[in-house]
Amino acid sequence: MIWLLGLVVWIVASAGVYLAFSKDVFRCVLGLALMGSAANLILFASGRIDVMNPAVVPLGETVLQNAANPLPQALVLTAIVIGFALVCYSLTLALRLIQASSTDDLQALRMAEPVPTDSVKPPYNGAAHEPTWPGAQSLPPKEVP
Amino acid sequence: MSALAASPVLVPLVTVVLTTLTQKQPRLQNFLSFLGIALFFGCAIALVQGAHRGFPVQAVFGGWGSPFGIEFFIDRTSAAMILITTIMGIASLVFMLSDADTEPKHPLLLPLLHGVLVGVGGSFATADLFNLYVWFEVMLICAVGLLSIGGRIDQLDSAFKYFVLNIFGTLLLLIAIGMVYAATGHLNFTGIAQAATQLSPWVNTLLIGGLMLALLLKAGAFPLFAWLPASYHTLPAPVLALFAGLLTKVGVYAVLRSMGDIFAPAPGVLYEALGWIAAGTMLFGVLGAAYHWDMRRILAFHIVSQIGYILLGIALASEAGNAATLFYTLHHIVVKANLFLIVAMVWRYTGDYDLRKIGGLYKAKPWLGILFLIPALSLVGIPPLSGFWSKLLILQEAIAQGRVAWTVIALLVSVLTLYSMVKIWMEAFWKAHPEPAWTEPVNTRLGPAFAATVFLAIITLSISLYPQPLVEYAQAAAQTLGVR
Repeated sequence: MIWLLGLVVWIVASAGVYLAFSKDVFRCVLGLALMGSAANLILFASGRIDVMNPAVVPLGETVLQNAANPLPQALVLTAIVIGFALVCYSLTLALRLIQASSTDDLQALRMAEPVPTDSVKPPYNGAAHEPTWPGAQSLPPKEVP
Repeated sequence: MSALAASPVLVPLVTVVLTTLTQKQPRLQNFLSFLGIALFFGCAIALVQGAHRGFPVQAVFGGWGSPFGIEFFIDRTSAAMILITTIMGIASLVFMLSDADTEPKHPLLLPLLHGVLVGVGGSFATADLFNLYVWFEVMLICAVGLLSIGGRIDQLDSAFKYFVLNIFGTLLLLIAIGMVYAATGHLNFTGIAQAATQLSPWVNTLLIGGLMLALLLKAGAFPLFAWLPASYHTLPAPVLALFAGLLTKVGVYAVLRSMGDIFAPAPGVLYEALGWIAAGTMLFGVLGAAYHWDMRRILAFHIVSQIGYILLGIALASEAGNAATLFYTLHHIVVKANLFLIVAMVWRYTGDYDLRKIGGLYKAKPWLGILFLIPALSLVGIPPLSGFWSKLLILQEAIAQGRVAWTVIALLVSVLTLYSMVKIWMEAFWKAHPEPAWTEPVNTRLGPAFAATVFLAIITLSISLYPQPLVEYAQAAAQTLGVR
């Protein structure tokens, strides 16, 4: 059973990594979601998995035997909720990014770090990608009576 | 059980809720935000006092008792980090009242900023590995929110890159935590520490190696720091200063906590590897800084470079090394945030962040030049400023252990740091402004900015001229690390 789960994790994780390395923004986000699922499965496996007994410590004993540890399952629930929120956010971000830049090619997204044109000096990012300067003389001109 | 132990999370969390509810009334929101940070500062002082007197504040939630319930345990290390977090919060919020690169102000800016403080405070307070992951996620969510809230295309771009690379880190952290739990059966730091001594060295090495991979990505260590200089420079100045001061340091703190405390002594090969990673981080960070001309990008690469020094202290794996790490971290947070804030004031006066387009500031504003030199020379490590003492502590220990290669790299990096600080000085302050028609703007609102930066400079100067109390505090903190 654990080997089967290992195989599943391997397939999900490699699919996730493959998609995350894609040039396409949406594929990248989907890849991250898949990798999140793989991580959740690994966390899930850290309690025992191949037993179906209730997780109750018998009277007079102190150790849970022959049953899966329920704590990792609780952890996975937390991780799923957080992961879901992050995927929702990243989809919104990807959508805004595509709308604003009218491209979904990740290699064309170089607004924060422009490609250098000079072989020695770094590029200047351009005023469009900088905060607007309030200016030197933006005080309203004094009215001449 | 003490309610004070929950304050690093509870106080900023309540502030988040209140500032979200009052987002339609900016004045009230601002007032509540200052009230929240002031209360947080008060709690942090109480935590430091408690920890320093030898009564660290502790709380185990849910009535399970240690090591089964989620525990908050605030020893000297945690308390000092929480105090510096609140100081950074105050400086950033005060600076936000000025007009030096603080626009546009989104109504959700303050809630998200306090949300970052929730994540940072929680990470410093917790004594539970999975809980640490949760606080990292809180930090990540608020950080990407702050990155994308401006809506400029380059901000969205950098938010996406920051998000994708950091989520790699959190997933790695999640997997590593799952592995630690599977091997030790504990998530509580003390529980893990006790169980880890039973494990074979191989399993131990794998567990800590996995954990380190995730935490070093979060700390911005070589070769996993690409997310940091790619995104930080698009942030507005006060947020940038807060990020620069705190976020990577949480990763560093977690590395110190695990290698220097929970798993200490970890297998030697890991400390050796960490030392070389630290050397690489120093060197490649400073080389990136030497290339750039945008002041924010220069300083962002310097964050990476300085992370290397801090990691070097952890890699020395001794009490003196850990003490030096804590001292260095505290000094560095103040200095780095201050530099980013002063650079924003330079921007307000001259109109650009790119050094090729600005200049002439020394003639117009000599005092700003002095104000810049205090953190800049401290970052380089010129005596008697605080950077000198922190580098002295680390390199003294490195030489005592015979780590000549690391020491030489660290000293070389200091020279290169001096080069890029001098570059900012020469270009922004010394040379004439490239536009001959440039005059210093008259309608600036920089009072709060001066208040925040002078406040941080005074902290730096007092550490510089009177380092002994902080050194003693750091040494006392290091004594309690690794004893579980």
